[in-house]
Amino acid sequence: MSSEFFIPDPEGQVPSAEGYFGAFGGKFIPEALVAAVDEVAVEYDKAKQDPEFARELDALLVDYTGRPSALTEVPRFAEHAGGARIFLKREDLNHTGSHKINNVLGQALLTRRMGKTRVIAETGAGQHGVATATACALFGLECTIYMGEIDTERQALNVARMRMLGAEVIAVKSGSRTLKDAINEAFRDWVANVDRTHYLFGTVAGPHPFPAMVRDFHRVIGVEARRQVLERSGRLPDAAVACVGGGSNAIGLFHAFVPDTGVRLIGCEPAGHGVETGEHAATLTAGEPGILHGSRSYVLQDEEGQITEPYSISAGLDYPGIGPEHAYLKDSGRGEYRAVTDDAAMQALRLLSRTEGIIPAIESAHALAGALDVGKELGKDGLLVVNLSGRGDKDMDTAARYFGLYDEEASK
Amino acid sequence: MSGNIQLLNEALATAKSEDRAALIAYLPAGFPTVDGGIEAVKAVLESGADVVEVGLPHSDPVLDGPVIQTADDIALKAGLKIADVLRTVREAHAATGKPILVMTYWNPIDRYGVERFTAELAEAGGAGCILPDLPVEESALWREHAAKHGLATVFVVAPSSRDERLAKITAAGSGFVYAASLMGVTGTRASVGEQAADLVRRTRAATELPVCVGLGVSNAEQAAEVAGFADGVIVGSAFVKAMLDTADEAAGVEAVRALAAELAAGVRKRG
Repeated sequence: MSSEFFIPDPEGQVPSAEGYFGAFGGKFIPEALVAAVDEVAVEYDKAKQDPEFARELDALLVDYTGRPSALTEVPRFAEHAGGARIFLKREDLNHTGSHKINNVLGQALLTRRMGKTRVIAETGAGQHGVATATACALFGLECTIYMGEIDTERQALNVARMRMLGAEVIAVKSGSRTLKDAINEAFRDWVANVDRTHYLFGTVAGPHPFPAMVRDFHRVIGVEARRQVLERSGRLPDAAVACVGGGSNAIGLFHAFVPDTGVRLIGCEPAGHGVETGEHAATLTAGEPGILHGSRSYVLQDEEGQITEPYSISAGLDYPGIGPEHAYLKDSGRGEYRAVTDDAAMQALRLLSRTEGIIPAIESAHALAGALDVGKELGKDGLLVVNLSGRGDKDMDTAARYFGLYDEEASK
Repeated sequence: MSGNIQLLNEALATAKSEDRAALIAYLPAGFPTVDGGIEAVKAVLESGADVVEVGLPHSDPVLDGPVIQTADDIALKAGLKIADVLRTVREAHAATGKPILVMTYWNPIDRYGVERFTAELAEAGGAGCILPDLPVEESALWREHAAKHGLATVFVVAPSSRDERLAKITAAGSGFVYAASLMGVTGTRASVGEQAADLVRRTRAATELPVCVGLGVSNAEQAAEVAGFADGVIVGSAFVKAMLDTADEAAGVEAVRALAAELAAGVRKRG
């Protein structure tokens, strides 16, 4: 039986055996991690060939995660997008509230196959951390989550969720105290504890095989969306739209559409206060090729290769790197990337809430804001699929402050 | 102008001929200031270090513990540039005639340009580079330019490196092999594990290059212990910590001078 929800890339053209997507990717890691990273690659290759792995993961994705996720048409929201038809891929309805669980369950199974007993992970918005803490509770694994100190403050609800699930959450106080620094600290832990620890990396960046493996675990998003939109509208969409931080939900949506050259693949990067202000995290818009966290891709950096501090209202997108496959899609022209400001994302968050009764994560709201523009560009014959990668519960404090929703007493 | 790989080879050969281990010190450029850093490098070379690794600080030092992270932050916040690192190499080498390496992460060199960096490092009198996040598989371009400019490429090996990888890595390296004493980031440790002796033994089976041990060594006793089985002892965080713990720059320079003398005595004891 072929698996229904674990659907690794059947083409296998990228990456190369060395982990390159064109000029991007590779494996820039210290010698102390080479054996562990190679072990992940070997174990993942074996798992891909093993029907038992697919059966086990499929069962989890159905019975635990709740796949397939719904495809919801949002006509009242679409009125604000020039009348184009818009469908949302509802990854927010997955268990734990985002797409992250797809990858986490796959890597948790791998952790068990490798005989490791401890898992570490980084998290920005806390969605990957929560998903990882969840899987560790389910599998009985020890769990440590690294999170930038600024993010532990703006995503306090998710910190509490992780701790409720039994994970240790370490607030990282170095550098910009956001996602990049959480990854640095997780790498330091991994080097020291690699014998019994798997680094359950949360996005399609990092050294090979992580970009390809994490993509494969999320590929189900686009495979389902493609089938659902064909059933519902009788044709392929004009564009698939997703937000891009490290790029995992975007590559998950895009990948099944890559051969459909009529479908535009549009990634929405965080422009923060505006790309021109320098306070943003729009890596593909404003970055240059470089190496960060184990692979070559676009990076926000100065002329001497020092990484510059990113900014976004969204903790999950506040990252100065990007997965190498997105760099490849950009340079080949197959992918389009545009930048969306904090304000545009917040307005889209409120608009979806009030027109459709769906409160999106601030991350996903960047994709919604992008979709409003793309819809207007396409006009009323346009058809879009947007990845609603996560739900917004975790962001209610930020949103309430942004829009002044607290009673004066409560906000004190 | 050609770099000083030969000077590095000679320094290690001299130590061997004196039946002792070499002392290799690490200090970041620009810490506590560019000029203060240069004085510190000169001081450790004058008081017994055979080789110095000058750190080129990086914004994201994933292989460094809190001590070197703190020093890197101080240097970068003060606006350190690669030109300052090259000046540190040039002035310390000119003043002492000893071999100076640069240790850094790959992105600063990739961004600056491999051709430009190797040419300028050689011109400054540098002897080579240690690039711990550039694995041998990704190193062909670097090695081509380093060789062209007479610069050593020192690779790091780890306790987790299998014998076949040790052979592959050491075949591509030059100068010496940096054997990480343990699995972890930089920082001082109470003891240097027996993993180190085993790694040195396995590395020696793969290469004729000198094998020097780093990570965790902070005092004369540990230096003597490591000198008992390795060709060189590498000390970094202990020097940085000595400077961080002092009140001003001049006192810091004297502190690292004293620590270098203590460690130099240690590597001559061979425990």
